[in-house]
Amino acid sequence: MSIIEAAHVSYDYIRRDEEGNIEGEVRAVNDVSLSIAPGDFIAILGHNGSGKSTLAKHINALLVPSEGTVLVDGKDTKLEENVWEVRQSAGMVFQNPDNQIIGQVVEEDVGFGPENMGIPTKEIWERVEESLKMVGMYAYRKHSPNKLSGGQKQRVSIAGVLAMHPKCIVLDEPTAMLDPNGRKDVIRAARALNDVEGVTVILITHYMEEVIFADRVFVMDEGRIVMQGTPREVFSQVERLQKLRLDVPQVTLLAHELQKSGLPLPDGILTAEELTAELEKLRDAG
Amino acid sequence: MIRDITLGQYYQTESVLHRMDCRVKLVATLAFIISLFIVDSWWGYVLAALFLVLCIRLSKVPFKFMVKGMKSIVFLMLFAVVFNLFLTPGTPVVSFWKLRITDAGIRMALQMAIRLTMLIIGSSLMTLTTTPNHLTDGMESLLNPLKKIKVPVHEVAMMMSIALRFIPILLEETDKIMKAQIARGADFDSGNLLQKAKAMVPLLVPLFIAAFRRANDLAMAMEARCYRGGEGRTKMKPLIYRKSDYAAYGVLALYLVLMIVVGRILPI
Amino acid sequence: MSLKLEHVNYIYGSDTKLAVHALKDICLEIPDGQFIGLIGHTGSGKSTLVQHLNGLLEPTEGKIFYDGRDIWEKSFSKKELRSNVGLVFQYPEHQLFEVDVFSDVCYGPKNLGLPKEEVEARARQALRLVGLSEEYDKQSPFELSGGQKRRVAIAGVLAMRPKILVLDEPTAGLDPKGRDEILGQIAHLKRETGISVVLVSHSMEDVANYVERIVVMNRGSVLFDDVPREVFGHVKELEEVGLAAPQVTYILHQLVECGFAVDRQATTIAEARDTILNALKTG
Repeated sequence: MSIIEAAHVSYDYIRRDEEGNIEGEVRAVNDVSLSIAPGDFIAILGHNGSGKSTLAKHINALLVPSEGTVLVDGKDTKLEENVWEVRQSAGMVFQNPDNQIIGQVVEEDVGFGPENMGIPTKEIWERVEESLKMVGMYAYRKHSPNKLSGGQKQRVSIAGVLAMHPKCIVLDEPTAMLDPNGRKDVIRAARALNDVEGVTVILITHYMEEVIFADRVFVMDEGRIVMQGTPREVFSQVERLQKLRLDVPQVTLLAHELQKSGLPLPDGILTAEELTAELEKLRDAG
Repeated sequence: MIRDITLGQYYQTESVLHRMDCRVKLVATLAFIISLFIVDSWWGYVLAALFLVLCIRLSKVPFKFMVKGMKSIVFLMLFAVVFNLFLTPGTPVVSFWKLRITDAGIRMALQMAIRLTMLIIGSSLMTLTTTPNHLTDGMESLLNPLKKIKVPVHEVAMMMSIALRFIPILLEETDKIMKAQIARGADFDSGNLLQKAKAMVPLLVPLFIAAFRRANDLAMAMEARCYRGGEGRTKMKPLIYRKSDYAAYGVLALYLVLMIVVGRILPI
Repeated sequence: MSLKLEHVNYIYGSDTKLAVHALKDICLEIPDGQFIGLIGHTGSGKSTLVQHLNGLLEPTEGKIFYDGRDIWEKSFSKKELRSNVGLVFQYPEHQLFEVDVFSDVCYGPKNLGLPKEEVEARARQALRLVGLSEEYDKQSPFELSGGQKRRVAIAGVLAMRPKILVLDEPTAGLDPKGRDEILGQIAHLKRETGISVVLVSHSMEDVANYVERIVVMNRGSVLFDDVPREVFGHVKELEEVGLAAPQVTYILHQLVECGFAVDRQATTIAEARDTILNALKTG
């Protein structure tokens, strides 16, 4: 059974003028269907305004579809009585590291979710400790979040979601405001909780190097899913990605350029090692 | 500027007062302030001062650190003292020009100085030894009975702790926007009051927009983490009285009894 | 009209125990019409350095000269300096405040005390330079997309007609499309106006395609100051300070290790392709 099942989901933003009259509707998500298996690492790509963040908010029941249904762990997000269970099984980490930390001390922030769920005090402490260790922030548990770097703050946010023991975690552009080092740490934490804890991870991003490890990639444009498959399948379509104004990893791009110049290289080369190995093969053959 | 005010800023160290339940400290501070204004006896002040010195000793906060913070309000105190000195009616002791100093005035001024000094030291001792979030926790717990008459105690406490979390962030933001506008030739320092107020617009508008954006984001993040008000919420750090806290209440009661007795037996 | 830094040191909170030596003996010259990339990771001192360039911070030690004059001399007007050295902060769209795009861009030149016609002419020109056509003039800046807002903010600084434009991470938080547009626009206005541009970034890939000189900062000091291909040659040192050379450089280094006769100094994809093809042909 899949953990997330979206069937023909559409979502309309209603635009209002200054007097509050309806000016028009904007279809942010358009007839999206997808199914995600438990334990998968999923990446959703697309540039700003492609509808990927709107789609993400459906998984956490922060938004409910205008049309279609979203089932999270078998529960319909549209039903009022399911909302809290849905939010518990699908946690969410947002883009701005400063605007999602509530506590004034790291450990108190991580405890915020379990407190809301009514978990007994002793168990909250166990969960906080375990989650902070998972993301490598245990040493900072007594620190003020204001003193942490962006990447550290995002890892605290991930721990905060983890402490709620979700089955699935949605990361909505968690690295967009970070520097390269912070980005690496956050992605490493996300991969670890997928590998070690078996939590389903849905990573929304526009950085291509972050999706190479994903099990499946979805590319969105104008509210629709326009490409999907394994990273290799998706990245083998270099021209299509470029038309969507998305980045392609430089290795893939270089391989593609070499291919165009007549070298018989396979499609969808993702790492420098792969490219070197292929070029060696060519050299030894020729 | 704002960062320079150290009055009552939490001072990190290990002490009996730091470990004490915040509710005890809140109640004690309140009782101490009331006792200062009820008692009308020099011996009472001596007793209050002794009690305060004992607490300062127990807190392990360096006295210097406390005094440094008080510099910012010396002016306020002087004002109150001078006001009392000159404007209390009674038998004149000294008089020159239109001003008269009366014996009652001298006494009032002295009393005011003593009361204010002890009040400020006493209450800053509380904030020096208690983190802001413990303070909000303590207030929430003490005001809990008010929930019965529909006072949103939990919500107010939550708002206070969020405000405390975001004050440093917004200060930093102010600094950034200010620099950005200075880089565009803004001038926040010169001109008359009206011009200065006008110059603030390019600072305040972006600041408000930023604050609202943050509030919006934060509300969503809280909702995503199952926040739905105080109902059914458990506490990671619940407030539990320990034996030492009951003992502290005992000491406080003893102090209050002594104050009342001294006030009765040894009036001024 | 060059800007020259001589042995600049800056210490945060120098009178407290928590003093941080943020800049250490920086010597740097920004000549006319150069396109410079200033690279360093968070905390390397690059943002502190940038604030020295237009007099927002005063060096604890050392001197800064604009056009041969010490900018911290009493007679030197800070306003004049700031109109000559334009600084665009990170997330500059957060400084927008006016009701419409055009008025916001007018704010800078108006502060310079210019006549109304001149102010408006400059604002108009600045907006066109960043690629925003007249139809945006009367729109509220808050209704634009992230990339457009940022361009309005850059125009706000450009309208002061600086000789040197410093941009602190102009691509932060933008998607690839927005990033390419902004960088393209900056390169375009560099060509159009011939001013010097200092592009602050932590991404080598971003700057590799545009700049003619790279200054690498680490722990408050200048680590490298050279043309891109020379700087990227120090792959190991860059990695040690938490920076990465462009991916292309890595691939080429790896190929050299495997015995390919490729030119390690190629920095762009096209250059890399050519040198690989060449190596395969001759090998």
